Amino acid sequence: MSILVIAEHDNQALNPATLKTLAAAEQIGSDITLLVAGESCQSVADEAANVAVVKRVLLADNAAYGHQLAENLGALVAQLAKQGDYSHILAPATTTGKNFMPRVAALLDVGQVSDIITVESEDTFKRPIYAGNAIATVQSGDAIKVITVRATAFDAVAAQGGSAAVDAVDAVQSSDKSSFVGEQLAASERPELTAAEVVISGGRGMQNGDNFKLLEAVADKLGAAVGASRAAVDAGFVPNDMQVGQTGKIVAPQLYIAVGISGAIQHLAGMKDSKVIVAINKDEDAPIFQVADYGLVADLFDVLPALESKL
Amino acid sequence: MKVLVAVKRVIDYNVKVRVKPDQSDVDLANVKMALNPFCEIAVEEAVRLKEQGIADEVVVVSIGPKAVQEQLRTALALGADRAIHVEHDSMPDSLSVAKLLKGVVEKEQPQLVILGKQSIDSDNNQAGQMLGALTDMPQGTFASKVSLADGSVEVTREVDGGLQTVKLQLPAIVTTDLRLNEPRYAKLPDIMKAKRKPLETLSADDLGVTISSNIKLLKVEPPAERSAGVKVADVDELIDKLKNEAKVL
Repeated sequence: MSILVIAEHDNQALNPATLKTLAAAEQIGSDITLLVAGESCQSVADEAANVAVVKRVLLADNAAYGHQLAENLGALVAQLAKQGDYSHILAPATTTGKNFMPRVAALLDVGQVSDIITVESEDTFKRPIYAGNAIATVQSGDAIKVITVRATAFDAVAAQGGSAAVDAVDAVQSSDKSSFVGEQLAASERPELTAAEVVISGGRGMQNGDNFKLLEAVADKLGAAVGASRAAVDAGFVPNDMQVGQTGKIVAPQLYIAVGISGAIQHLAGMKDSKVIVAINKDEDAPIFQVADYGLVADLFDVLPALESKL
Repeated sequence: MKVLVAVKRVIDYNVKVRVKPDQSDVDLANVKMALNPFCEIAVEEAVRLKEQGIADEVVVVSIGPKAVQEQLRTALALGADRAIHVEHDSMPDSLSVAKLLKGVVEKEQPQLVILGKQSIDSDNNQAGQMLGALTDMPQGTFASKVSLADGSVEVTREVDGGLQTVKLQLPAIVTTDLRLNEPRYAKLPDIMKAKRKPLETLSADDLGVTISSNIKLLKVEPPAERSAGVKVADVDELIDKLKNEAKVL
């Protein structure tokens, strides 16, 4: 059993989701190769070589992989899979992983198992379906198992202690059918939403974008990331990359504080595996109270300033 | 320009699903079904392209049992011109869907194929990307904005850190994110008119595709129950509980 894991990174550092995907890989087998594909990303490969569970690092450093375009990255991974003798290919179920991995699967003529939350055996996995309202156990009979991993369901492997060899990959897959135009990334000083230990989220009850400052003040006291429900995003209060839910990000922090969020199925899908859930809502019948460990029925405009001053 | 839109019949998004007692699957008997919300957005985008004079024909396709014709009629009522039903007695997996859609793409030769980014039942998020690989078309997944010009399409994509824009040569594939548009409601006269729009039925054999899957569903179970906790009276009690009882502060 030989496993290829595709690293998620920004050409400078490994994304924590990679260490969690490696944890899933380690439960399948120990012969783990990590592919770092990007542009000017030697530092990522060096960091990857230090990860204890990684036996070998492949470095594909080329402008074609700079923005992880699915056409190029998908073709590269499929090519490596055909050349190597890999039984499993894993990537984190981030927007990048979700984008290129199904292309890899189709090029290899195999199915894909998306967003796994547990490894039962080398060919059997559990994954949530219907917005997390059911858990499916699936078995893949494909020769190469293409899998994306829900990072929040696994604990990161140690980032230190290894000394893997770094081999350069010369193959270049560059499609002229797609090109990168630009990006607008939301700047934030706070921890990354999917990796944060504490998340505080606001919903429609926040009433407008300015009121999110109240949440941010509490978040700063807690060292928390700030999230939002779809209602808050659709109303234009905050940008969409803050959305937690089936269609947004999946988080599982130690503490999740839902403020002015009713608790629709689609939102719960993104946060109900949090260790402790706190709901602050003035509607005592809001569905969020059915999953909250601690509920406070009160006006958030009274509660948030009080929390800020008392924390 | 011809636009092909793939749509799926799924459980209505408001329904709380129940797992069958024998754990073979979720229970879909007598449950309200609807057009997958992401597919609805795909149809809306195609119809808008037609209204802007960019597209001249919008073709919708769905794969599955006869019942999916209901969702095809919905798409026709929303403004699609004609429909293709690829009949199959069950809902095939993403790879088979992509292979069937490839057959339809070869037959219809659309310049743009629009799909939803994921169906809310299987939550796979695969079919559009797989179709891209099989047809060697570029892909703009999780689109929140689509603009067409001179044989190419610029797609603004929702990615983890914010937004990313890519330029794709046509023919291309776009999968929709929720913020791409707000789908319209079908009016009664349009629903009546949709009944007379053409609907063609094909089989997997017609498209030269054998449906098979190596991914077996062994079991479906409800997720671990999370029970309601306690209500606290005020902020002081909340902070106290978080510090001393839950120990998360």
